[in-house]
Amino acid sequence: MSPALAAKLRAGLFWGAVAALLVYMTIPALVVLMTSFSPSELLEFPPSGLSLRWYARALTYPDFRDAFANGLIVTGFASGVALAVGAAFAYLVDRYSFAGRGVLEAILSSPLIVPHFTTGFGFLLLGARLGLSRSYGIVIAAHVVLVLPFVVRSVYVSLRNIDPRLERAAANLGASPARVLARVTLPLLLPGMAGGWLVAAVLSLTEFTASLYVTAERTQTLPVAMYGYIREYSDPTIAAISALLIIATTLLMFAANQYLGLGRVLSIDGH
Amino acid sequence: MSAADSLDSFMQQRPFFLAFLLPAMFAAGLFLTALAFVLQYSLHAFIPGSLEVGGFTLDNFARVWRPIYLWVLLDTLTISLVTALATLVLSYPVAYALVRTRRNSVRTLLVVLAITPLFTGEIVRTYAWILMLGSDGFLNSVLEGLGLISTPIALLYTRLGVTVALVQFSMPVMIILLATAIAHVDADCERAAANLGARPTTVFWRVTLPLTMPGIVSGTVVIFAWTMSAFSTPQLIGGGKVLMISNLVYLQGLSSFNFPFAAVLSLVALVLALGALALIRPATRRLEAEVAPA
Repeated sequence: MSPALAAKLRAGLFWGAVAALLVYMTIPALVVLMTSFSPSELLEFPPSGLSLRWYARALTYPDFRDAFANGLIVTGFASGVALAVGAAFAYLVDRYSFAGRGVLEAILSSPLIVPHFTTGFGFLLLGARLGLSRSYGIVIAAHVVLVLPFVVRSVYVSLRNIDPRLERAAANLGASPARVLARVTLPLLLPGMAGGWLVAAVLSLTEFTASLYVTAERTQTLPVAMYGYIREYSDPTIAAISALLIIATTLLMFAANQYLGLGRVLSIDGH
Repeated sequence: MSAADSLDSFMQQRPFFLAFLLPAMFAAGLFLTALAFVLQYSLHAFIPGSLEVGGFTLDNFARVWRPIYLWVLLDTLTISLVTALATLVLSYPVAYALVRTRRNSVRTLLVVLAITPLFTGEIVRTYAWILMLGSDGFLNSVLEGLGLISTPIALLYTRLGVTVALVQFSMPVMIILLATAIAHVDADCERAAANLGARPTTVFWRVTLPLTMPGIVSGTVVIFAWTMSAFSTPQLIGGGKVLMISNLVYLQGLSSFNFPFAAVLSLVALVLALGALALIRPATRRLEAEVAPA
């Protein structure tokens, strides 16, 4: 076998393997899409026809409507608060050294490592002690803590990439610190803050394990309501909701890749 | 006043210091308080039928040593280890392709396909695997349609099914970590090896792979720790037949309302996750020092 042929064969094998792995990663989502259009209540592959009845049921089922509204409240507040707290903290970490900085950084990034059920259980106990068990407040607090590391990371990376001369120039020209922050630093940070907020919002909207512990019936979010439905029924209503979520997420990812550069955000672009 | 002076005085005022610090401290305080409650409950006696706890005791911790709970711990560790290793092997080619492809469209497609599963949420992903693995599910239907099997094979409610789903969930994170490592490999090292006559496979095994070892080690450990705290997959795909520590916490806490023992189990899970990551810290540091002397 000539070297050129061997190289071609190797490349073919490699890309074949990559394609097979991508099939493994995406086929569950495709099966969800296929099931969501099935006319039957029972699982059947291939589906015996096309129907939108499960979409109709998913969109009119009261539990899901309430849970979706709850989720928007929780995610709206949690991602907003996390953005403000996280961006301010990233600014401190980047600009100042102070006693306890490392400890505070470690505590605020540890929700990445602490199992979500431990965090959720802790906030459940905290909420009970504060008399907030059935309130949005404790759900929002748990979500803020869970998504904060992603905001801090994203804003911190943006801060590192700011040319310090721009802020110096503004200060030398007589701008007050508040004016420098509002007119120079914040506009430059916008992409990092947008990326951080987006990740925080998506993670909060889809968070399940901790939410299962901290939500009550009145405050349950969409994933918790979906879990309850899966345990009671086996019809494809969940496939319809899942399909809507998968399509929305995929479009969002393409848009994020276009405008924010996922490769750059994740620092996986080649040289 | 020179430019340097004005900058110094600007930074010395440390504008916004307290205003930016206090919210972060408040968030950290909330989190620590929540964890402190878990610790507090773990040290108090369970009173059946009551959410109030009794006096101080260490009995809850002793209970972990009963064989039934040790088996669950062992299962949790085994499933996590197998998942981490399988994820590593399956993610490397995708990460490599993602970084090395010259076509932008291919890269965009790979990034989006690889990363999207990360953001659809665990309930959607877990439900998808219920559809895949059930006895009337996609896989059994395909295999029956091809005439490869005559009766459905059991995949749902098995360790294999749980692991297959966990690996799929873990691949996006592993791909990100590996791709970062591969993107930072100096292409000159690979070119030098090739110029000296190494064949492409030799270059990969002797140059590229060793240079990405820090990413490999940290990725495997992160997935190991991550899988140990997986909940919805063992809960729904395991269906009570495959129990991991997260399912025990749920059973004890939200079904039996034994908050003290649930607290003990969630602390055990926390310590295992922290332990795995702490174990690997020195190893990653040494590897990074060896690989990147600059």
